[in-house]
Amino acid sequence: MTNHVFASSVTLFKKLQEVMAAMPKVNGAYIHGYGGYVPRFRIKAAEIARVWGKDEKDVPIREKAVAGLDEDTITMAVEAARQALTRAGVDPKKIGAVHVGTESKPYAVKPSGTIVAEALGISNFITSADYEFACKAGTEAIQTIIAMVEARRIEYGLAIGADTAQGRPSDALEYTAASGAAALVIGGESKDAVARFEYSMTYVTDTPDFWRRSYERFPMHTSRFTGEPAYFKHTLTALKSLLQENGYKISDFDYFVFHQPNVKFPLTVAKVLAIPNSKVETGLVSGIIGNTYAACSLIGLVRILDSAKPGQRILLTSFGSGAGSDSLVITVEDGIESKRNKAPQLDKLIARRKEIDYALYIKMRDKIRGVQ
Amino acid sequence: MFVIRIPRYWRSKGFRYRLEGYRCEKCGHFHHSPRLVCRKCGSRSIRRDRLSQTGRLISYTVVKSSTPLFEQYVPYVVGVVKMVDGSLVVGQVTDCDPEELREDMQVEVTLRKIRVDGENKLIQYGYKFRPVIE
Ligand SMILES: [Zn+2]
Repeated sequence: MTNHVFASSVTLFKKLQEVMAAMPKVNGAYIHGYGGYVPRFRIKAAEIARVWGKDEKDVPIREKAVAGLDEDTITMAVEAARQALTRAGVDPKKIGAVHVGTESKPYAVKPSGTIVAEALGISNFITSADYEFACKAGTEAIQTIIAMVEARRIEYGLAIGADTAQGRPSDALEYTAASGAAALVIGGESKDAVARFEYSMTYVTDTPDFWRRSYERFPMHTSRFTGEPAYFKHTLTALKSLLQENGYKISDFDYFVFHQPNVKFPLTVAKVLAIPNSKVETGLVSGIIGNTYAACSLIGLVRILDSAKPGQRILLTSFGSGAGSDSLVITVEDGIESKRNKAPQLDKLIARRKEIDYALYIKMRDKIRGVQ
Repeated sequence: MFVIRIPRYWRSKGFRYRLEGYRCEKCGHFHHSPRLVCRKCGSRSIRRDRLSQTGRLISYTVVKSSTPLFEQYVPYVVGVVKMVDGSLVVGQVTDCDPEELREDMQVEVTLRKIRVDGENKLIQYGYKFRPVIE
C-alpha cells in the first residue's frame, strides 16, 4: 500500500505544480511562546476493548487522555494559552487576535475565543473566531495568525488548537478520540523568539472520509477513505510540495511531527519518506494520550520544543478530515533556552495520569443520558 | 432553587474569570466587586488590580452531599486559599482527589466550568484552584 501511496502522490504533485496558488514562504512570523495541555484522566484502550468484547491486542494505542467533568475545549484552551503567554512574556494587552481551532466547541453559536481572551486578561480590541477543519483546525488558526503578523495588522496573536473529541460508543474511534490543547503566541522578529516560521504549504480536497452533521453527537466515517485517499494523500502531498518548493531534503530536518490518529499512520509516513524513527518519536504522543484532534500535531510540536536546540529544523504536517494538510517548516531560535522553563514541560502534564474505568469515562464524557 | 442569574454572573466575570478586583491604594485591601469607598479604611482611592495566580491552601472541606446543581461533581473540594498578597479567596480545588490534599499545599488558578444552567444551557465558567504543576 505504502509504495502505491508514494507513487500516486508523486504523479499528483507534478500536476499540482502547474496550479499551485499559495505563496509558501513566510516572512517575519515567529513563535514567541508555546503551551500544551493534557487533562489528567486516562482510559486504557484495553478497558474499552473489554467492554465491547474486542481483543485487547488489536487496540491502536495504549491509552488516551480524558477531560474532567469541569473541563471542555474552552478551559483547556485557556490552560495551554496561559502557558504560551507566560513563556512569551508578552503583556496580554498586546495580543491582537485569538483564534481557536476545534471540532468540539462548547457552543454551536457563541465564540470560544472571547471567553479565552477574557480569562487571560487579553485586550477586548481583538479579532476572534473559531475555526473548524476537523483535526486541521489548529494549524488553520496558526495560518491566519501568521498572515496577520506578516501583514503587520497585529503585533502578537494567539493561535490555539483544542478538542474534547468524541467517538460513538463501540466505534473504532472511541479507542483514540481524546482531549487536549496547544497554543502558540506568534509575533514579529525578535532576538528572544522561540522559533521562526519559514514556509507553509496547504493542500485540500473534497474527501468524504469523516463528518458530523449539525445536531449529531458523534461523527460518521468511511473506512474505505480513512487511510490512503485521506490521511496519506494529503499529508504526503502537502509535505512533498513544500520540500519541492523550497529545495529542502528530508535530511535537512531534525524533527518531524505529523497528525497522529493512532501510532501506525505517522510511522507509515516516516517509512514511506525514509525518515528515521528517531526524528519522529519525540513528537509522537498519540500512543499515551490518544488523538487530540485539532491539538494533535501541535502537542507533538510542544513536546519537541521542550527539548530542541537553537538552529534545529522541524517539519510539522497536520491533517484534517474532509480533507487537507498544512505543512510548516519551523526553525528553532535562541530564545528557546530562556523561555522553555518558564512553564511546565509537557511530560509533567502527561505524568499527572489518573486512570479511570469505562463507567467513570462515560460519566465524564457525558454519555449517560438522563443526568443533568 | 438556587440559581445564579445570568446578568449577575456576567457582571462579576472579572473576578470569576481572572481574580480581577479593586484594591484600596491606601490600606491595600482587595475587594471582589467595584467600590467607591474602601470597606476597611474608608479611602476613596481605589484602582483595578488582579490577584496573584498562585497561593497556599490554608483550609478545605470535602463536599459529599450537595445541592442538585452540583450533584454530578460530588465529592468535590472547597478550600480557602491565601494568595501571595495575603488576600483570602474561597474556591473549589480541582484535579485533586480528597486524599491528595494537604494543608499549606501550593495551588494555582485555573479556569473551569462551574456549572451549566439547566434551563438555558449557558455554561458558567470561573476560577478554580488546582495543585501547582511543577
Ligand atoms: Zn483601604
